Amino acid sequence: MKIDNEMKLEFISKSQNESFARSVVAAFVAQLDPTIEELAEVKTAVSEAVTNAIIHGYACGTGNVEILARIYDNTVEIEVRDYGAGIADIELARQPLYTSKPELERSGMGFTVMETFMDKVEIESLPGEGTVVRMTKTLKTV
Amino acid sequence: MTLEYEYVDRLLIVKINGDIDHHSCEEIRSRIDKEITLKNPRSILFDMDQVGFMDSSGIGVLIGRYKLIANSGGKAGMINVKPQILRICEICGLQKIIRIYTGKKQAIASIKEC
Repeated sequence: MKIDNEMKLEFISKSQNESFARSVVAAFVAQLDPTIEELAEVKTAVSEAVTNAIIHGYACGTGNVEILARIYDNTVEIEVRDYGAGIADIELARQPLYTSKPELERSGMGFTVMETFMDKVEIESLPGEGTVVRMTKTLKTV
Repeated sequence: MTLEYEYVDRLLIVKINGDIDHHSCEEIRSRIDKEITLKNPRSILFDMDQVGFMDSSGIGVLIGRYKLIANSGGKAGMINVKPQILRICEICGLQKIIRIYTGKKQAIASIKEC
């Protein structure tokens, strides 16, 4: 796998940065000439992962969220990493409608949305150490 | 993010201008709930014409407002939903409880019937 391009973004886990993060990734992905639909899918998946890092990873304070995005051929790979609480039961967290914070009116659909909009979603997490969500999507060439 | 309110009898039409994500949903929730408490509408219609982005945080907010209105026997609907937002509504099954109408007139007529 030859990496054609790569970028890294790091920001404090403030909700104001959600829009900033998805816009930066969308601008990076734009070089692949995605369709409007593909771009909206990538933006939404990034927004879900960043929101999870802020709400769940850093529920008890603030920390840094890192995004690493790579482009190879017509594929984009995006890693969203936090060094927060971690996920004790990843399979449970991936279940549609599951939320650990029902009091916040969360829909519990974050991972389902990521899985629907991206080709592949991998989660690595250790309680107390943090979480990495790695998503890939191959864009259709017109 | 701004909200505009319009009333057709006791139907509250909320026009949302801006992205709906985790950051903006707190404000959307508290402002719409305040409007509901003050004016006591029977039903609610979300006009999404000026919403360019929505993630699953938005689904939570819309379902929450639907529950408030449905608890007192009202209905909820949406209009002017862009294709990319329609996708996330479909994935989450939102349109099963908040009907998506093709136009404002049709939505008003249908919601006011009940």
